[in-house]
Amino acid sequence: MSKVLVIAEHANGRLNASTAKSVKAATTLAGAEVVVATFTTAGSPIAAEAAKLAGVAKVLDVTNAANEHALAATLAPQVAEVAAGFTHVFAPSTTFGKDLMPRVAALLDAPQVSDIMSIQSATTFRRPIYAGNAITTVEVAAGSIVVGTIRTASFEAAAAGGSAPVETKVSSAALPAHTRFIGLSSAGGDRPDLQSASRVISGGRALASSDAFKIIYSLADKLGAAVGASRAAVDAGYVPSDMQVGQTGKIIAPELYIAIGISGAIQHLTGIKDARTIVAINKDGEAPIFEIADIGIVGDLFTIVPELEKLIDASRK
Amino acid sequence: METASQSRKILVAIKRVVDANVRIRVKPDGSGVVLDGVKLSINPFDAIAIEEALRIKEKGGADEVIIATIGPADCQATLRNALAMGAQRALHVVADAPLEPLAVARVFLKLIERENPFLVILGKQAIDDDNNQTGQMLAALWNRPQATFASKIELSGQTAKVTREVDAGLETLEVDLPAVITTDLRLNEPRFVKLPEIMKAKTKPLATLSLQELAPGAGGAPRVKVLKTEPPPGRQRGILVKDANELFAELSKRGLV
Repeated sequence: MSKVLVIAEHANGRLNASTAKSVKAATTLAGAEVVVATFTTAGSPIAAEAAKLAGVAKVLDVTNAANEHALAATLAPQVAEVAAGFTHVFAPSTTFGKDLMPRVAALLDAPQVSDIMSIQSATTFRRPIYAGNAITTVEVAAGSIVVGTIRTASFEAAAAGGSAPVETKVSSAALPAHTRFIGLSSAGGDRPDLQSASRVISGGRALASSDAFKIIYSLADKLGAAVGASRAAVDAGYVPSDMQVGQTGKIIAPELYIAIGISGAIQHLTGIKDARTIVAINKDGEAPIFEIADIGIVGDLFTIVPELEKLIDASRK
Repeated sequence: METASQSRKILVAIKRVVDANVRIRVKPDGSGVVLDGVKLSINPFDAIAIEEALRIKEKGGADEVIIATIGPADCQATLRNALAMGAQRALHVVADAPLEPLAVARVFLKLIERENPFLVILGKQAIDDDNNQTGQMLAALWNRPQATFASKIELSGQTAKVTREVDAGLETLEVDLPAVITTDLRLNEPRFVKLPEIMKAKTKPLATLSLQELAPGAGGAPRVKVLKTEPPPGRQRGILVKDANELFAELSKRGLV
């Protein structure tokens, strides 16, 4: 039988939504026992939160003062220590999991399957290559732990309502001191996180200035949406790089994606093709974005966007 | 007097991949993507790694930039390109079949043991397999720090301060050297190679190493086998609306506003 260890991602005392999606992925493995490992400092509420996820058999809360910040160098030995006896070790394919899991795999001498989109069997997985322009089915040889990162856009979040027992463990792994956390600066402010938001509005080069992005922010705030941008807008310096959506930026799968003044370069489309509904506003009717948009409107964004915002306002009065 | 082993070396590990501008095609029989006659280039993230190493050297932070790759004989052209960017010498580990990331990390670890670099820089991922594993695995095997997805690197004495592009924003780490750093897109913009540099690169040292001698066993059967390669499911073109009113009506109908 498969025993799956899911490494929880968390920050600021909250589980990241990517954890629930990784748990959901693990539960798609037939007959699997799913254990969530939380790496925390003593007294953290994270393990209790993870215990509420549906499908979790047990939470292993590994406490250590070094776990205040999620550093791959200090987490990996702790993960490797608790991985004994499991058939699979999964983490979300976020920057957290991407950073951590190969280090874990090397310590376990295990192969890693990155960006798992679906689990066909205990040894067979589907994953994208070439930025999602091809999908492979891969098989891991029998006899080793499977280390995997879960492509969060491919799975729903596990529901709440579970009540798994929490087992606390103090790690005895030797942890290095060679890597130190200095700081984190986030750009988002009060808006939802781009990676996990259910609605995202992005602006492209056609905005033509940093100032013009105001109309994007304004519409986004009306809809409670996160704000993204195309690579062209980032390269032009209109917005910071952590807002970039696409192959080399963030790959997202919101319920609603509105692309404003974005022509739809392949590398951008790669980042949004799993969105539930794509809306495109662009003055060039030939722009490739319209080939994948569910709703398209050809016209001047500087007219359409403020009008749309007014209509949303009016509908709420 | 400074001996060779005390010279400050940066090792940059690179991979040759299908050029980023090529629109790849999946073979109809599902056996892979079409590689015949397709333009091959240095993985773009690896070109950023080379550029960063050169800038560190040009500012006096290193004495030598060494480029390493694993691949078939014709990978030497890729190494010559890297030398033309300004690196001092190259190491070519000859392997005809592709290696999986953990095996690649084992080979690069052997090169680290030979060269004793104070810094190893790699691209965060190769744009063919998109694994994003090798740098982290190498750091683990070497038992040294890793700073992945770097958008800024500041060296000072025996440490490096690295800004990382993470989902939550920009994270800054301090790592003791030696360390492994993997590059993200915005770390720098790689230089264009000039013709005289291409000529000069032809005579720069390029050592050929046998995979079997360097890392016996690393070329064994991969543990992750590709069974099938398919094109991704397509999206259908939707509807066109003519103005903001119609757009709003359509969004309302679908419960999206």
